[in-house]
Amino acid sequence: MAEHGEVWIFAEVDDGRVAGVALELLGKGRELAQALGVPLAAVLMGHRIRPMADSLFAHGADIVYGADHESLAEYTTLPYARLLTGLVRERRPEIVLYGATPLGRDLAPRVASALKTGLTADCTDLQIGSYESGGRVYRNKLLQIRPAWGGNIIATIVSPDHLPEMATVREGVMRAPEPVPRSGLYIEVPVSPDPSDGKVRILERRTHPRRVDLRSAAIIVAGGYGMGSKENFGLIHELAGVLGAAVGASRAAVDAGFIHADHQVGQTGTTVRPKLYIACGISGAVQHRAGMEESAKILAINIDPEAPIFGVAHYGIVGDVREVIPRLIKALRGKL
Amino acid sequence: MRIIVLAKQVPDTKNVTGEVMKPDGTLNRAALAAVFNPEDLNALEMALELKDRYGGEVIVLTMGPPRAAEILRDALCRGADRVILLSDRRFAGADTLATSYTVAQAISTHLTPFDLIVCGRQAIDGDTAQVPPQVAEKLGIPQVTYAVEALALSEGRLRLKRDLGRREEVVEAELPLLITVPRTANRPRWPNARRLLKYRHARCGFELEAEARRQRREVSEVLAELRQRGLYIETWGAEQIGADPARIGLGGSPTKVKKVDSVVLRGRSLRFFSPDDKGVKELVGELIEERTFG
Repeated sequence: MAEHGEVWIFAEVDDGRVAGVALELLGKGRELAQALGVPLAAVLMGHRIRPMADSLFAHGADIVYGADHESLAEYTTLPYARLLTGLVRERRPEIVLYGATPLGRDLAPRVASALKTGLTADCTDLQIGSYESGGRVYRNKLLQIRPAWGGNIIATIVSPDHLPEMATVREGVMRAPEPVPRSGLYIEVPVSPDPSDGKVRILERRTHPRRVDLRSAAIIVAGGYGMGSKENFGLIHELAGVLGAAVGASRAAVDAGFIHADHQVGQTGTTVRPKLYIACGISGAVQHRAGMEESAKILAINIDPEAPIFGVAHYGIVGDVREVIPRLIKALRGKL
Repeated sequence: MRIIVLAKQVPDTKNVTGEVMKPDGTLNRAALAAVFNPEDLNALEMALELKDRYGGEVIVLTMGPPRAAEILRDALCRGADRVILLSDRRFAGADTLATSYTVAQAISTHLTPFDLIVCGRQAIDGDTAQVPPQVAEKLGIPQVTYAVEALALSEGRLRLKRDLGRREEVVEAELPLLITVPRTANRPRWPNARRLLKYRHARCGFELEAEARRQRREVSEVLAELRQRGLYIETWGAEQIGADPARIGLGGSPTKVKKVDSVVLRGRSLRFFSPDDKGVKELVGELIEERTFG
């Protein structure tokens, strides 16, 4: 028998396609599987899912466990949790990872509770390493790294005595691997519906298109509460227009009604790492910094020289955004 | 209907001010105020609105140290009918699995049958959002997370609107049920002035002795009077809820903290440019030179 079980990722489906976060999990999952010397598998649930398995193989899955049934066409908690719990009991993976999406955060704790195993939420990094406690050394454990206390501390969590080790992983933090032509083993998971499956029924479902795709933007111009008003926030849009950039915002700007929450960057918004992040009138609360500090270059414009945003910035301008941004627009128009 | 609200007292991580930061840039946790977890107030509001519409009682349950009685007094002032403090040294150090076991055990031993459990979406100290689905699983009931509106209740089924960011759902779920509520669901009501005058005198089991000393009376007398006036905060430990000692607290927690690092603002090679035309031009020139624009 192998020393370790497989590394699994739960392959969330979004609008009939494998969700981006599932591909990101495959990237990290590959590293972990390699460190343990075990196969990387994806669990895929839904209806008419076989074509999606190919995308999972292309992004690194060695095995896809597919549960294909019309009753699984839309995600609902009870049948998905029941099937996944059963599959884990049967196959005994070492590690199971989920995206920290609304779906992953609904499903994973339910499964962890049924399996009486540990679960760490919203990890920003995962490694294989050892853990020492009470004179005992546990090797090849999943080190689950996550911010806590509103992002003020970073905790490393382990689950030394329980399998599988499970974690949800923040979207946008891990890198999805480039797809390569390769195939893998597709294992069909038998699905028999249960009377409890109908306890929650979806009556309506509406998806609105994302107003902005912050994750794939090379440049983001983001505005904060320091913009002062919705009218002034127009400067953010203008600067973004000149640069071909996406528009981001801090939570304070969203709460003040300057812009829609889809644009929010930070712990409760989107995590981004563009080539250039221009933070205008953003003081830089930890929750915001957590979502953007991995950007390759950060330019901060703020009236307050003590603003924490300067602590993560590479370029700084201390000044009034209402004056500096128009100058920046003028200078860029002359150069680009 | 019987509605149970799960609440938590948390450090106020949203208001990390200068005095809370130590000179080395790390957080002085002891200096953080303890508050009612914000989204648990949205949960309480949802429960009180349902009670207003359909009748019944709202019970608020919290697990925490003795001082967590503070948020229970607050809950009484806002309209809760009954509050319970789950507190025992042996509960300390619990992760989400051990917490959900303890809470589910309290509910199944003392508060069954119930119709609905309402929780805040997540707590601001851990931001895990894990305990509610784990409680639902342990009680064997369905869950609806991210519920922003209760639309209708009929024939033992509750119709709810869910907000999942890009997606909205209307679902119908069978009672008994657990739901979680985000901050966008409602505006929590303020404590009622009349209730405030009454319930600020509510005391939990840990506060009885001090109260008896203050009143120069016997503990049993004080307890009897508090109970009679509806001012006693029920206080349950591991024995009262028949908890399996192996499943509570640190020992009952599969996850362990290996280490904790304080986030320190990273020193970067930060370069300042002047806010005038000259400075801005220099900056743009530099960004172009470094090919930052692509």
